[in-house]
Amino acid sequence: MAIVEHMGKKFEVDEDGFLANLDDWGPEWVDYVKTQEGITELTEDHWKVINMLQDYFKKNGIAPMVRILSKVTGFKLKYIYELFPSGPGKGACKMAGLPKPTGCV
Amino acid sequence: MSLPKPEELARVNYQPPARGWMEVKPDFRPGTYCNAASPKWLEWIDYPYPRQWSVAEEDWQLPENWKEIVLEGMEDRLARFRSLKLFFDICVRCGACADKCHFFLGTGDPKNMPVLRAELLRSVYKRYFTRIGKALGELVGARDLDEKVIKEWFFYLYQCTICRRCSLFCPYGIDMAEMTLLGREMLASIGINIDWAMASVAQCYDKGSHIGATPQAFKDMIDFLAEENERITGIKTPVSYNRKGAEILFVTPSGDYFADPGTFTLMGYLLLFTYLDLDWTFSTYAAEGGNFGWFVSHEMGKRLNAKIYHEAERLKVKWILGGECGHMWRVCNQYMPTWFGQVPSFLEVPVSPVTGTVFENARVHKMVHISEFTADLLRHNKLKLDPQRNAHIKLTFHDSCNTSRGMGIFEEPRYIIQHVLPEGHFFEMPPNTIREKTFCCGSSSGINANENMELRMQGGFPRANAVRYVHERYGVNHLGCICALDRATLPTLLQYWVPEVEVTGITELVGNALVFEGEIERTTDLRDRDLVGVGEQEGGEEEE
Repeated sequence: MAIVEHMGKKFEVDEDGFLANLDDWGPEWVDYVKTQEGITELTEDHWKVINMLQDYFKKNGIAPMVRILSKVTGFKLKYIYELFPSGPGKGACKMAGLPKPTGCV
Repeated sequence: MSLPKPEELARVNYQPPARGWMEVKPDFRPGTYCNAASPKWLEWIDYPYPRQWSVAEEDWQLPENWKEIVLEGMEDRLARFRSLKLFFDICVRCGACADKCHFFLGTGDPKNMPVLRAELLRSVYKRYFTRIGKALGELVGARDLDEKVIKEWFFYLYQCTICRRCSLFCPYGIDMAEMTLLGREMLASIGINIDWAMASVAQCYDKGSHIGATPQAFKDMIDFLAEENERITGIKTPVSYNRKGAEILFVTPSGDYFADPGTFTLMGYLLLFTYLDLDWTFSTYAAEGGNFGWFVSHEMGKRLNAKIYHEAERLKVKWILGGECGHMWRVCNQYMPTWFGQVPSFLEVPVSPVTGTVFENARVHKMVHISEFTADLLRHNKLKLDPQRNAHIKLTFHDSCNTSRGMGIFEEPRYIIQHVLPEGHFFEMPPNTIREKTFCCGSSSGINANENMELRMQGGFPRANAVRYVHERYGVNHLGCICALDRATLPTLLQYWVPEVEVTGITELVGNALVFEGEIERTTDLRDRDLVGVGEQEGGEEEE
């Protein structure tokens, strides 16, 4: 596992740069991924996506299917890509501190 | 990491290096290999030598006695698998396989010629297990086992997707897939694994599916898709979970209920079962049809597969119906009966409750593929279909390696396609790229990761090239398939090579076309895309 440091905090990440422990998640991590993803400013809509992902993960143990994310937030997939240019899986889940998806995906 | 542009990647250099193959070592460029498995996953499944290591670093931190372990492992496998010894001994280097591999065609690397890929293992076999190799060494193609050989095995055994296209052209029928799998087992025995495969394996062993879905997540996703069905068709598609005494256990790959476009195929299954009023149930534990374990070792394949029969027994079903999955069927048809010793006595020979057809081909393992099941329904004229609802689709069909070469399902999906599409909407790719000669998606066998994207695009190039041909010639805009790994990997592949073509499962098309009593007027397909010519079609029907 690699360690990244941002705003004075250290984070353990996997080889794809996903956070190893959700417990380490916090504003410093969000800011780190924001820089990585090239997002200029976090809006209310970004947070709506992040909060939904975290709530779903805590309840269900995995990230939601993209179509469920889209339905709950009311955002079309295209708009989610505008918010998170590398997509809901790689961008939004990473920022929310969720692990990367596995299997036939 | 940046992916080269398609026109750059398409310029494949087939000029072999000037030096002999033993002297040339793999070039571990980012984009061409998968990351090492995190120790966490190996610990979850009690696999040997979990440790933090990196492919990019010089020291792979092999266990001290690694050489002994590998050679003992090879000896053991030579004794248990007569096929392996035969494949080592029998090859005459005729080269018929050489240009049949999608990875060779896509990379131009001579070690991706199956004949040479096998030689990477065979040379070690010769050195330690044949008299002539022990005596004459390199002169007869034998070589010492050292760490560089291990690295080479890792590089090229994970550039083989065990698709067996080469085996089809081999005059001796040498099965490269079997050699690759046994080679991967030997690598695993010294803790050399890839993260993408092992993460999926560990999740599946722990929770029942490669995506690691908990029972509540499984139910939540499928309930959502049932609601989507009702929104679009007006038809409620009820789902049973863990219902004891159901006639049929339905098992499908997790890609179908988690990732688009597989989710639309799952909606199709639910519509079909509702239409037939089938007595069926899901199991929230046997929640995975696929089997990444088989990509790692026979033992792990068996471990992950066991839950299917286990759940069938617990739920007291009569037989098992399986969704659109590729390698699931290779495992079920060709391994399950051997792994579990005998025919499970609690299951019955599958009989379609709708047509009365006895699925003789499933007499041993008691599992029927959804395409076989649906084709039989159509043959008995049991489904009312409106093919015009798929009129926006011009389709070609990708035979998944495992369902085609692995079990001979060629006609069933095509028969379904004929019924659910309007006439003249189906176009075959060139004959040497379909049916038993089909080209692999390029990312199967557990290498559908992100970090090896350049390799995936190279390996999938021959398939994509054939898709491009029918797209340009006939205006094909959809690629159909009956495999969830295909539905995961082909959209990425086509986005790169032929972005005009989308990927669809076949049962999704069935779901589009099924005509229910009491349905609402269908204005879109299951993906919420507008149907073409709905008004005209209705007018035409009234005249009859």
